[in-house]
Amino acid sequence: MTAVIGDGGRSVVGLAPLLDPAARTDVRVRTISARRRRSDRAVTLALWAAAGIAVVPLVSVVVVLVAKGGHLLDGRFLTGDIPLLTGRAPAACRSISEAFRAKYDLDCAPPVPGVGPAVVGTLLSTAIGALLAVPLGVLGAIYLNEIGGSGRIARVIRFSADVMTGVPSIVMGMFVYTAWVVRFGTAGRSAFAAGLALACLMLPVVVRTSEEMLCLVPDHLRHANQALGGRRWQGVVRVVIPAALPGLTTGAMLAVARAAGETAPVLFTIGVTLRTNVSPSGGNTTLAQQIYDGARSGDPLANQMAWGAAITLVLLVFLLTALARLVSSRFSTRLDG
Amino acid sequence: MNTSTVHAPIAPTAPTALTMRRGDPPVEAAIGGTRHAGTPEVVLDVRGLSVSYGDRVAVRGVDLRIARNQVTAVIGPSGCGKSTFLRSLNRMNDLVPACRVDGSVTFHGIDLYDPGVDPVEVRRRIGMVFQKPNPFPKSIYRNVAYGLKLAGIRDDLDGRVERALRQAGLWDEVAHRLGASALSLSGGQQQRLCIARALAVEPEVLLMDEPCSALDPIATAHIEELMSELARRLTIVIVTHNMQQAARASDRTAFFTTEVGADGLRTGVLVEVDATDHVFGNPADERTMHYVTGRFG
Ligand SMILES: Nc1ncnc2c1ncn2[C@@H]1O[C@H](COP(=O)(O)OP(=O)(O)OP(=O)(O)O)[C@@H](O)[C@H]1O
Ligand SMILES: [Mg+2]
Repeated sequence: MTAVIGDGGRSVVGLAPLLDPAARTDVRVRTISARRRRSDRAVTLALWAAAGIAVVPLVSVVVVLVAKGGHLLDGRFLTGDIPLLTGRAPAACRSISEAFRAKYDLDCAPPVPGVGPAVVGTLLSTAIGALLAVPLGVLGAIYLNEIGGSGRIARVIRFSADVMTGVPSIVMGMFVYTAWVVRFGTAGRSAFAAGLALACLMLPVVVRTSEEMLCLVPDHLRHANQALGGRRWQGVVRVVIPAALPGLTTGAMLAVARAAGETAPVLFTIGVTLRTNVSPSGGNTTLAQQIYDGARSGDPLANQMAWGAAITLVLLVFLLTALARLVSSRFSTRLDG
Repeated sequence: MNTSTVHAPIAPTAPTALTMRRGDPPVEAAIGGTRHAGTPEVVLDVRGLSVSYGDRVAVRGVDLRIARNQVTAVIGPSGCGKSTFLRSLNRMNDLVPACRVDGSVTFHGIDLYDPGVDPVEVRRRIGMVFQKPNPFPKSIYRNVAYGLKLAGIRDDLDGRVERALRQAGLWDEVAHRLGASALSLSGGQQQRLCIARALAVEPEVLLMDEPCSALDPIATAHIEELMSELARRLTIVIVTHNMQQAARASDRTAFFTTEVGADGLRTGVLVEVDATDHVFGNPADERTMHYVTGRFG
């Protein structure tokens, strides 16, 4: 207390000409604020720069994609059949249709080259994977959070899920290849087999994100259910799942969006097709596989196909992600009362 | 073990099966007990109750009878085991994994801790309101109808919901927006909604754990009024830190405190339980007097 008074006294003496309280306040405010304004401007600038740098890779990917594949993207490309490309196209050809006309007899080649079968195959195999992984994953998460708790079995499952999340996706492809495809020979390669591999990939992600979402539902809601004469499972069905639904949906959809772009699990499991195959059995193809095949080929036409498939895939994943966001914002409910 | 003194004579437990169905004639009609009658009927008979968490005893040796159609207040310093005691009256302690209950709590002649008793049925008959309002993130209507749906009651849902909301003094405020989210209500309204939700299933006993601690004085007064209204039809046990509330709103008061044993462990014990006027005006135990007059010993 005394120290403060003494200090105050000294500064008053030091600022004798500015003893007018208003003037003194004014001076001090201006000095502090000038320094603050400088550091404020510097930090703001640094943050802007950081954000800008973070956006650079994203923007450049989109720019390159649009530049290389943008001109291919139209309704006919999205629905057209996949061309069988073998040789080299004449170097003079600029557009894919021109090259086709030059190179192939239009009667035997698909009238309009496109990635239609790959779009269908991507949607089909991803849907199969999601259908397998999402219900199982959510049920597993319910077990972990509502029943297993910190028990031994739950801990083992949680640990396995974490390890599985880290397993490279190509290993999932190999697993399904040996466990499923090999058993059925060439006929084993199908959208279903690819869906199995994608499900293996999605499952641990769905389990862990769903568990987090269930964990966010406050315990007092579970207690309220029980205090009203509800059994535990009734609370799970009537309170916990509805409350966690937006989060569960978002988590599942983000896992699905990621799986849609996977290449490795699909490579050995999906087989091949040039025509649209809407059946879960029989050879199929995905956009990711088209990119892989097209990019490896020495044929410039195949390369172009790869760019077209790439921009299509990015668009598809973007749509899935946007849908997930929309769903979560639409159904979002405040959990805490 | 403890110095509980009982002034008013209390009749022995009325034997009624715990499996009594909803819609059976109310026990009070059969027994003839009403509020402030000469010998109130005992609804909950607690004998030698001890509750431990793991190997730590939280409350020891509670002997207490809770009379029908009365408001029983439970007071005492923080950590003395009031909530623990309250939760043991409708087996909410079962939800705490390491919790163990010894002694007996008799409800209509049946020990609630008998292995044959279904805790879910117990909680249906002995409702609970928590310290923090905890409505479900659903509509107002669905909150109140929740317990009814659990119990499989489908007839006259609307009427039952309305009656429960009226009893909780909330009807006029929410009648025009039953479909709105319960979370859009104010804290006091949410707490009354939780009371309505508990009342909808027509429990015989309502346990309230500091139901007003998150509320402002007006909302608190509202709920106190409600309690004396409700006590005409059911039995209320309320834990409170608010001495005035206990004095104003309760018929009987139980005072708990913490005893430090020779080993340094703290255990909650019931010091005395008596008519509220007695506890506040002329307590039998010195510790009670110190507590109610604001001096700790
Ligand atoms: N779930 C639990 N697990 C372990 N110990 C617990 C648990 N709940 C309460 N206890 C312990 O039991 C004792 C009594 O707690 P309780 O919550 O019943 O006290 P209280 O009288 O309600 O206190 P307050 O007035 O602060 O609410 C405390 O020492 C507390 O630490
Ligand atoms: Mg408490």
